[in-house]
Amino acid sequence: MADLKIRNLKKGFDGTAIIKGIDLDVRDREFVVFVGPSGCGKSTLLRLIAGLEEVTSGTIELDGKDITDMAPAKRDLAMVFQTYALYPHMTVGKNLSFALDLAGVAKSEVKEKVQNAARILELEPLLERKPKQLSGGQRQRVAIGRAIVRNPKIFLFDEPLSNLDAALRVQTRLELARLHQELQATMIYVTHDQVEAMTLADKVVVLNGGRVEQVGSPMELYHQPANLFVAGFLGTPKMGFLRGQAGKADGAACEVKLECGAQLSLPLAAGGLAAGSPVTLGVRPEHFNIVPAGQGQLRVIADVSERLGSDTYCHVRTASKEMLTIRVRGDFAPRAGETLELAFDPAHCHLFDADGQAIAKRLQQAA
Amino acid sequence: MTTSTLDTHLKSAPAAAGGKRRSLKPGWFLVSPSVALLLLWMIIPLGMTIYFSLIRYNLLYPGENQFVGLENFEYFLTDAGFMPGALNTLALVGSVLLISVVFGVLIAALLEACEFWGRGIVRVLLISPFFIMPTVSALVWKNLIFHPVSGILAAIWKFFGAQPVDWLAQHPLLSIIFIVSWQWLPFAILILMTAMQSLDQDQKEAARLDGAGPIAIFWHLTLPHLARPIAVVVMIETIFLLSVFAEIFTTTSGGPGFESTNLAYLIYNHALLQFDVGMASAGGLIAVVIANLAAIVLIRMIGKNLTNQ
Repeated sequence: MADLKIRNLKKGFDGTAIIKGIDLDVRDREFVVFVGPSGCGKSTLLRLIAGLEEVTSGTIELDGKDITDMAPAKRDLAMVFQTYALYPHMTVGKNLSFALDLAGVAKSEVKEKVQNAARILELEPLLERKPKQLSGGQRQRVAIGRAIVRNPKIFLFDEPLSNLDAALRVQTRLELARLHQELQATMIYVTHDQVEAMTLADKVVVLNGGRVEQVGSPMELYHQPANLFVAGFLGTPKMGFLRGQAGKADGAACEVKLECGAQLSLPLAAGGLAAGSPVTLGVRPEHFNIVPAGQGQLRVIADVSERLGSDTYCHVRTASKEMLTIRVRGDFAPRAGETLELAFDPAHCHLFDADGQAIAKRLQQAA
Repeated sequence: MTTSTLDTHLKSAPAAAGGKRRSLKPGWFLVSPSVALLLLWMIIPLGMTIYFSLIRYNLLYPGENQFVGLENFEYFLTDAGFMPGALNTLALVGSVLLISVVFGVLIAALLEACEFWGRGIVRVLLISPFFIMPTVSALVWKNLIFHPVSGILAAIWKFFGAQPVDWLAQHPLLSIIFIVSWQWLPFAILILMTAMQSLDQDQKEAARLDGAGPIAIFWHLTLPHLARPIAVVVMIETIFLLSVFAEIFTTTSGGPGFESTNLAYLIYNHALLQFDVGMASAGGLIAVVIANLAAIVLIRMIGKNLTNQ
């Protein structure tokens, strides 16, 4: 069992608040990813859970037991550091067994656990090597192995892939997902990379400025972002935003007049929205279509195109100078300065009020 | 103009191949002054020392400089002062090394472990004895600390009603070890303190999560991390400690008897107190051999440590 409950957690350094009151639940066997821009407090939050930083106020509970002020070693958590933090003068085997040796576990049991971890991570041929004789990926696996041998209630990962090269990162990401299934373990994972967040997580926690912006499954966050920040943070390329004004709104539909000239009706329950109040319309790059002149809702001017082979990302400018990215077929490449006509399905649009909050749940679920 | 330079290049090309051996000459010629100077600097004193060590050369008997073979070496090695001198040198180097490494590590760890007000000042104070010249510090110890009448230690002894100890007379070698340790401990602290700051914080935190307390962290992480700087301290201190002289000269003059005489002082004693330049030269050569032996052993032991990690 590993149920983590965080209640109104705050942390400040020298009077500057870093974590500004966080409530969070992590359930048993869940893979939770903390994601956010740098400086959002995600690493600090992880270190607070690990016990490496002292909590300013609030509580952390693990399985109903208050661990807020408990020493890090007694919390039954294991952490994998960004820099791996392997002990450089010990062999891989000693690195793996260090915690167990310190705890005075019987030699035979230590050996068995180390062998087991080495087998899971394919480290068996490397047990006699020193960390500096290993490649980046192997060091990473040793760091994970050091956590596995302790059989902790929760695994904590602090940006574990950011020191690996791109190819190895993809491979290790898959291994981590496999490991999570194999060990049936509870994991908390910090990253600034939204691809890692989307692919690994059961539950994503989007942090910004020391607060939780939204918690939910990756698809929930992608399809129903709670606010402008989450909408803009998740998804590559970024969601396009268009400024506009609300028109007539009721429980089933909402008229929006965009600054760039278009006028449309969205299937949103926006009853509370006053006519004339400023709104932002968000559309993801893949929901735009290029259509023949006269059939679309928007007219834009092509700027730069990035051709990836499978897709082309066209950066375009609207009449009101807003930059949008649209994703189209890989064989399509507009010239810079060319005028394009865009169409998009109102069902796939997101609407945000003046405070940046998403206006209402859409009536239709996105496919 | 371009054609003319091209021409000369073309002409000189075949000549250069044949004249390669000759072209070395100017290079040799240009570096020769510094090479010659270095050689003279080294060879002349060494040659003179070897020459003096093979003749009878006593300033009290001028003109009687006949060749005596290895007699000077024999006399030096069988001199009453040689064995005590060699053993004292060993004891002095060994114990100062031990004291400066052990206390150096502990003090550096303590400074690193706790944040307190005025840490910067404490650091400077800890390092400052290193900047005091040996003669001065020996005089300070002799007159202000060890002195049986006016010294601080005598005052403390008297405060507790004990008979003050005349340190330099009763425990001469121990006193000199104290003085020299006081001078060299700061060097160890300086090197180890800076080395300690380069210990990866993540490793310490990982060890904390692994259940290591402060002592386990010190033993399993800090000490192995310090292996290399400790090797550096041992190597450099050995070189300087083999030739400790001023401290002995200003305090005990090697006495009483040969109790605080080391090899460097013994050689001085022969050359400038007994005026036997020949024997002193022989002693100097023996000291050179011993220093080289020590250097070889150290480099074998520690040099491996330096390159391997």
